[in-house]
Amino acid sequence: MPSLKSLKMRITSVKSTQKITKAMKMVAAAKLRRAQEAAEAARPYSERMAAVMASLASRVTVGPESPRLLAGTGKDQVHLLVVCSSERGLAGGFNSNIAKLARRTMEELLGQGKTVKLLFVGKKARAPFARTHKDLIVGTVDMSHIKQVAFADAKAVADEVVTRFEAGEFDVAHLFFSTFRSALNQEPTRLQIIPAALPDGGAAGADAAVEYEPDEEAILADLLPKNLAVQVFRALLENAASEQGSRMTAMDNATRNAGDMINRLTITYNRTRQAAITKELIEIISGAEAL
Amino acid sequence: MAELLDFELVSPERRLAKAKVAMVVVPGTEGDFGVLPGHAPMMSTIRPGAIAIHETDGGPATQRFFIEGGFAEVTETGLTILAEKATPVAEIDVAAVAGQLAAARQAGDEAAVTRLEAMQAAATN
Repeated sequence: MPSLKSLKMRITSVKSTQKITKAMKMVAAAKLRRAQEAAEAARPYSERMAAVMASLASRVTVGPESPRLLAGTGKDQVHLLVVCSSERGLAGGFNSNIAKLARRTMEELLGQGKTVKLLFVGKKARAPFARTHKDLIVGTVDMSHIKQVAFADAKAVADEVVTRFEAGEFDVAHLFFSTFRSALNQEPTRLQIIPAALPDGGAAGADAAVEYEPDEEAILADLLPKNLAVQVFRALLENAASEQGSRMTAMDNATRNAGDMINRLTITYNRTRQAAITKELIEIISGAEAL
Repeated sequence: MAELLDFELVSPERRLAKAKVAMVVVPGTEGDFGVLPGHAPMMSTIRPGAIAIHETDGGPATQRFFIEGGFAEVTETGLTILAEKATPVAEIDVAAVAGQLAAARQAGDEAAVTRLEAMQAAATN
């Protein structure tokens, strides 16, 4: 039976833990709102971009002379997995879910005899891979100094991917991030970014004659790297919202668990105290009776 | 006064402007072009430069934004500009741009020189 003093200390400690988790939950809720607003604000651009890509896709036939970002290298031997995670932990299953999906894909590809390279954005998903597949990691983009993801940050990541692609380091690139559905539900997602998976341009084909200045190919070549940056940007924004949502839920659970624990400990504490009092009384009474 | 043009200026981070205007002059890669209501559908890339927004027909430019790369899409109903980065011309710090320009010239960064020169021209115009 633990002593009264140790029980009391335990309760105090759990109470301060609860205070911390409660504060973290509230901070996450505030940040979630901001992240959601940022994702919302970025939507018009990415929607227009997707529409333009679709209408271009209906006009350009993919051939060997198409830009390589669209047509690919013609091989699919080397795969680059770009895994976006967060810089901080304590966000429930957020990071491990992304890492799990990336690992599954990686093992699948390795099983098919492909070569896999890993590029991490944010350090949290890196650790589990650094233990098992250190030789596959080609780089990590540090995001720890960034509070609010800006387009320039996404562009830097996209530029790095394009540079590596042009250097012939890989044939296919996949992007891993977590899609934000709600504060309770985030879904790890895989998206192929190189070669660009063009949306089906069937509906846009009916458009009136649109003039292109310069021609379609030149616009497409200009647009493809931008589209890549937009996709990375969207992934980072989704990730930011998911991270906060996941942390909020996790911290809410932690706060509730701490509350339960305090209740249980308080009951044990009171019982122990009562038992001690009863024992003392019995001792006094039986002492008096013996006289 | 006749119909107006639906004008939208969006950057990846947010929508900067959405208005009904009379005319917008866009610095296309192959030359500046003005977009009036009823313009034929077209799509063009943009070189770094200022877009001028004319809110009234025949009136002076009421708003100017400096655009760094992007593209313009003209549809039957309006004009959408997707800019990678857009700054209102009035907010350009001329002294800072001149400093950066000198640094870029020294470093031989030609892309930056072109961009900053265009920025300077837009600000002083």
